[in-house]
Amino acid sequence: MSTVATVGPRATAGGFDLARALKEAGLAAFVAFVLFVPLAGFKLVGQEGQLALEYRPHWVLIGTAAVFVGHLAINFIRAMRGPSQRARGEAGAMARFFTVHARWFGLAAALLAFLLPFTPLGNRYVVDVATTVLIYVMLGWGLNIVVGLAGLLDLGYVAFYAVGAYSYALFAQWFGLGFWEALPIAGVLAAIAGILLGFPVLRLRGDYLAIVTLGFGEIIRVVLLNWYDVTNGPDGISGIPRPTFFGLEFKRYSPDGMTFSQFFGIEYSSLHRVIFLYYLILILALITNWFVLRIRRLPIGRAWEALREDEIACKALGINPTNTKLTAFALGAMFGGFAGSFFATRQGFISPESFTFIESATILAIVVLGGMGSQIGVALAALVIVVLPELGREFEQFRMLLFGAAMVGIMVWRPRGLLAFREPTVRLHGRGQGEEAPR
Amino acid sequence: MNAPLLEVEHLTMRFGGLVAVDDLSFTAMDQRITAIIGPNGAGKTTVFNCLTGFYRPTVGRLTFHGRFGPVLLEREDGFRIPRHGIARTFQNIRLFAHMTALENLVVAQHNHLMRASGYTVLGLFGWKGYRAAERAAIERARYWLDRMGLLARADWDAGSLPYGEQRKLEIARAMCTQPKLLCLDEPAAGLNPRETAELAELLVEIRDREQIGILLIEHDMSMVMRISDQIIVLDYGRKIAEGTPEQIRTDPVVIKAYLGEAEDEELPEEVREDLARLGGGA
Repeated sequence: MSTVATVGPRATAGGFDLARALKEAGLAAFVAFVLFVPLAGFKLVGQEGQLALEYRPHWVLIGTAAVFVGHLAINFIRAMRGPSQRARGEAGAMARFFTVHARWFGLAAALLAFLLPFTPLGNRYVVDVATTVLIYVMLGWGLNIVVGLAGLLDLGYVAFYAVGAYSYALFAQWFGLGFWEALPIAGVLAAIAGILLGFPVLRLRGDYLAIVTLGFGEIIRVVLLNWYDVTNGPDGISGIPRPTFFGLEFKRYSPDGMTFSQFFGIEYSSLHRVIFLYYLILILALITNWFVLRIRRLPIGRAWEALREDEIACKALGINPTNTKLTAFALGAMFGGFAGSFFATRQGFISPESFTFIESATILAIVVLGGMGSQIGVALAALVIVVLPELGREFEQFRMLLFGAAMVGIMVWRPRGLLAFREPTVRLHGRGQGEEAPR
Repeated sequence: MNAPLLEVEHLTMRFGGLVAVDDLSFTAMDQRITAIIGPNGAGKTTVFNCLTGFYRPTVGRLTFHGRFGPVLLEREDGFRIPRHGIARTFQNIRLFAHMTALENLVVAQHNHLMRASGYTVLGLFGWKGYRAAERAAIERARYWLDRMGLLARADWDAGSLPYGEQRKLEIARAMCTQPKLLCLDEPAAGLNPRETAELAELLVEIRDREQIGILLIEHDMSMVMRISDQIIVLDYGRKIAEGTPEQIRTDPVVIKAYLGEAEDEELPEEVREDLARLGGGA
């Protein structure tokens, strides 16, 4: 994408090349016209119980004209601003600044997150959306181990999310386990699923790996859908127990013992549970973050990154690629499993519908948009991906169009992700000491 | 002191109908520089790949007197061979380009650090023993960076170092595994004459100070003749001569094998490199 920006019309010594800009704008307008004719040119309307086509040539004209003028304007602005090189250099510096001071941004963000329910913003809707954001943040951080650090493109991550969710739901249903007892079991089972996926794909890389993981994700979903005796198939599992606060339930009355509101002597409010769930996922996500940051600086984390860079060199240094890859799959899957359990307890109802490929794609998009390997970048990207469609609700049917445009925009301006700057796991010299590396 | 370090007996490597290495036997001595030379496509890199476990030889026995006593290399998994004390570099540099020079050298000490970190569990909680081990690993890395003259650039991405320094860093990375035998696949390729001379000095110094054996594939004859203790000449996968530099220089068989190469020497640098890449990969 970055090459597109440089290939485009550039300011020559004289300035703006009008003929060329007109030609390009014309071409863009033509493409837009071809697209707009079927997309906006016709509308199906119901007339007296029948369907009829309504022709809307004015829409096509308006759209095409907008593209023409817009294209011209962009070129003009670019020409006035001079080479786009400088802008990108500044963007890189920003990413670097963010990553270098990641600790402070992270602390500030965590503090904000902790205070959110008590701010005037903290109504039910906002806390609910924030909970969803945090689920995706956690999933993104988990997948970051596999994709960002170990460089293994995984398109089936939702499978582990599903394993975690169903583990909890089934253990609760059959053995009456509570959320806290089931959480580690769900993590372990998801990790085992990760290893099971890992074995057949050990020799694969890149596109081939992506295809197999994609298949794995679908296998899990189809099994859940068809294994009716155990998973209840498409009907899903309902009545999944809600989490308790050290044994205190979030209900108005509880037949067995105290409830949360009775214990603390506060008036019952259904908001309590929402806020509790929010803090629960916040803590789970922060644990994930701590774990990933920590493990990145351990030998296994460095081995993952080395494996991403060059597997043959790793072998020549005595690193066991099999074990290293399997740990990445297992640990990444484990966090997916934790998040899945949380999802199950939050919803109270799960079905295979919740674990479709689009979820895997969303999580992967979060990791890629965030800048592979960057923790803060992933959190930012999760925020963007979850909140953007929410903000777009007023635009109704254009919501997804807006979302798509934003994605394209990010990839054009930040092709390597929002924050793509790798901070070394260990330094010999302090920052600014030693020789300055070329950027 | 002058014990055999690596004994290669009847090594044969076939790829389908192609015999890349044909009944090769030689012995590399401890604390000696053994060079393997030969025209392009003679099978030199294939010998390396057999020794370091990337290929499984069709026939042959490879005895290495390693860290834990003698070991048959042809029976070991590739990634286990470095543990016995064999380290290698590659013809086309294989550094971890997006990791820093220092990180490259720390990764080289992976197995040791992995044990020290209690296979990650203890390390996760900042166990003291692991932190000490990591400090020691960084110290060793610093030592090698210093010897290679790369100390000031320790925090650079390995991929942004100049070519000559990347070659040095790769040797430093191999040395960080604390090998008994260092295998270098054309370490002077792409270096200018001054850098080549420095490299020759460095290799002699490594041999003498670290007291390890070095196995060297090289096309730069001036360097091979200057530093090798023993030279093995391959042509079409067969050993055609073996001996000291003086013996090889005057060996009529070697001269004959290399005569075809004489005009090769006048080719431009890039062409020669390309040829080497094409031929050596087989």
